[in-house]
Amino acid sequence: MPEVVLSAQDLVKHYPIKKGVLRRTVGHVKAVDGVSFDLHKGETLGIVGESGCGKSTLGRLLMRLEEPTAGSVSFEGQDFSGASARDTRRLRRNIQIVFQDPYTSLNPRMTVGDIVGEPFEIHTDVVPKGGRRKRVQELLDLVGLNPEHINRYPHQFSGGQRQRIGIARGIALNPRVLICDEPVSALDVSVQAQVVNLMEKLQDELGLAYVFIAHDLSVVRHISDRVGVMYLGRMAELGEEDEIYARPTHPYTQALLSAVPVPDPTLRGKREQIVLEGDVPSPANPPSGCRFHTRCWKVQDRCREVEPELELREDGAGRHMSACHFAEPRVIVETTDVSDQKHDDRFASSDVEDLSDAGAGMGSEGGGETTDSPDASVAARAEAMDGDRHVGEDPVRISEDPSEGERPR
Amino acid sequence: MTDTTTRPSASGETEYVPQDGKLLEVEDLHVEFHTADGVAKAINGVSFDLHQGESLAILGESGSGKSVTAQAIMGILDMPPAVIPGGHIRYCGQDLLTMPEEQRRKTRGPEVSMIFQDALSALNPVFPVGWQIAEMFRIHRDMNKSDALEQAVRLMERVQIPGAKDRVKAYPHQFSGGMRQRIMIAVAIALDPAVLIADEPTTALDVTVQAQIMSLLEELQEERQMGLILITHDLGVVADVADRIAVMYAGRLVEKADVHDLYASPAHPYTRGLLESIPRLDQKGQTLAAIGGLPPNLMRIPDGCAFNPRCRMAQDRCRTEVPELREVAPGRLSACHFAEEVIDA
Repeated sequence: MPEVVLSAQDLVKHYPIKKGVLRRTVGHVKAVDGVSFDLHKGETLGIVGESGCGKSTLGRLLMRLEEPTAGSVSFEGQDFSGASARDTRRLRRNIQIVFQDPYTSLNPRMTVGDIVGEPFEIHTDVVPKGGRRKRVQELLDLVGLNPEHINRYPHQFSGGQRQRIGIARGIALNPRVLICDEPVSALDVSVQAQVVNLMEKLQDELGLAYVFIAHDLSVVRHISDRVGVMYLGRMAELGEEDEIYARPTHPYTQALLSAVPVPDPTLRGKREQIVLEGDVPSPANPPSGCRFHTRCWKVQDRCREVEPELELREDGAGRHMSACHFAEPRVIVETTDVSDQKHDDRFASSDVEDLSDAGAGMGSEGGGETTDSPDASVAARAEAMDGDRHVGEDPVRISEDPSEGERPR
Repeated sequence: MTDTTTRPSASGETEYVPQDGKLLEVEDLHVEFHTADGVAKAINGVSFDLHQGESLAILGESGSGKSVTAQAIMGILDMPPAVIPGGHIRYCGQDLLTMPEEQRRKTRGPEVSMIFQDALSALNPVFPVGWQIAEMFRIHRDMNKSDALEQAVRLMERVQIPGAKDRVKAYPHQFSGGMRQRIMIAVAIALDPAVLIADEPTTALDVTVQAQIMSLLEELQEERQMGLILITHDLGVVADVADRIAVMYAGRLVEKADVHDLYASPAHPYTRGLLESIPRLDQKGQTLAAIGGLPPNLMRIPDGCAFNPRCRMAQDRCRTEVPELREVAPGRLSACHFAEEVIDA
């Protein structure tokens, strides 16, 4: 297994609930309550869960946008949590974030060039001042936007294009880890596929590791190598994508998977549906023992008293970690392997170029011709970017090490 | 369709009787929005009908005109800026668009009813939920307060709100998202409408709650034999509940088919592309294909087929000639010049 780039140990984030004139703390919202995992080089870890499970807070903790109440995050073995402001800034260069809402995460009064180039203002040694504009244009090209649009403002772009701008900003500093907080949730399905494909391509070319936070279980399955399922601030189950989806052992994961509609009417009425009773309990006062016990159909006395650890459970015959005393694999979704199926490219393509100008009446007219092989130029750019890691040298120098930059697609 | 079967009922109100089970008939509907920047053509000739007990899904992405269609049927478009330059919406043979407003108002609730995506903004925050459900009975049925409230409790129980009796005086913000959606459903079905329009009813909800709400809607439809129009962008939800599907693009219907036919062999390149672009829970190793580009700006819809700039099959003909929605196979309509080729692909 490749080296660990990012590691979370027992991360806890409690937000105080304040009441009265004196703003006394009367309790805590336990948004994240003891989460640990490792993220390996170049892999995608999907984090799924319903609203309020703490997945976005987890993302912010990893970035250190929030100070954890307890626990630590380390990057390549170096502890992030006690670091000084200066060290944090240096470390943060390696961990960047892409937000959900492409409409509010970009400053409407800045041009795209300023937005994507802003990281260079803070990390001045990454690209020398004279080379920045050129570098921003390369980044725009890399994410499939027209580099000539560098002087445009966010409102002149569509939602999918704005998300590409957010991604360009995220990869500007050549990070090792990109935290993606619901990056495609706000997009229409046809545009969503474009952005997902772009993210996969960038990962292959730049060797990025993703923490992909989303509520859409189908998207997460598609993009992730490993998946963690969160419930009320804790990880219920964590393992390889295939393990979690084909052999889930935690009752919550099973219920969640059974609720996802599958776009195939022939399965209507044939799919087993586990309907959960009631709502998610309040994170200010989570249930004792196993947090899922109030809604679980397998509940025993032990579940109410002893909090189950997230661990490998032999008795459950699981090959992945599960936080259930009675972990037991159960097939919920019949999985078909379609990796050898080809698309009929008369209807849709897996290209990652942005074709938003096509027919949209936005931007330059007629600029949306389908580009069939954008990969060659993009790969060259990717090599150039890897070269950039050698700080202070010519930013477009192409790396001499053939192992860098050229990764099999 | 003009020889309507309208007759006054005992109470002097108009009574609506579906003809051959046909509840709603939308014919060549056009809707435009007149704005300072120009005229946005949101709906450009949409026709479909809805029968008793049938679930029709209107599928489309943002800006395709699916919600505007729903609002036009309900008569809740803001006019101006909206203008309806042409078309008919007949409910049991009576044209809703030419009906006096007073008469039309009386159809909203007892005949045609609607649930919205965002229950928090659809419900009034300053009145208890029970009061809001009871309002339907007080206004349309002249019921007194206590009887109406009793009916509200009964409805809250029907939509499975636990402890309905105790919660009838609670305010919308005191409920979770799923429960609020149930309350809105209670308001919508209060007067036993023949047609229920659900505009993205579960889009804002978590999957487990979505499953609960969709099964409740299905149950209610079965029980009351309502005609259901489900407006959504979610191809998964549609596959689970719809009988027929109408796919919209740039204000036109591009395909209309039985749910099984549509998923098995789509007859329009747009539908086909959509189906290829969604990741599926039950597949691994899938490569996602995307439809390039974006839906058109409604102020500048391309000539010919509106989908032509994004269509990989487009020929010269597609750029000049608007394809009619025509029958391409038994029971299947498609607005593509090359529909036969697409079906066979």
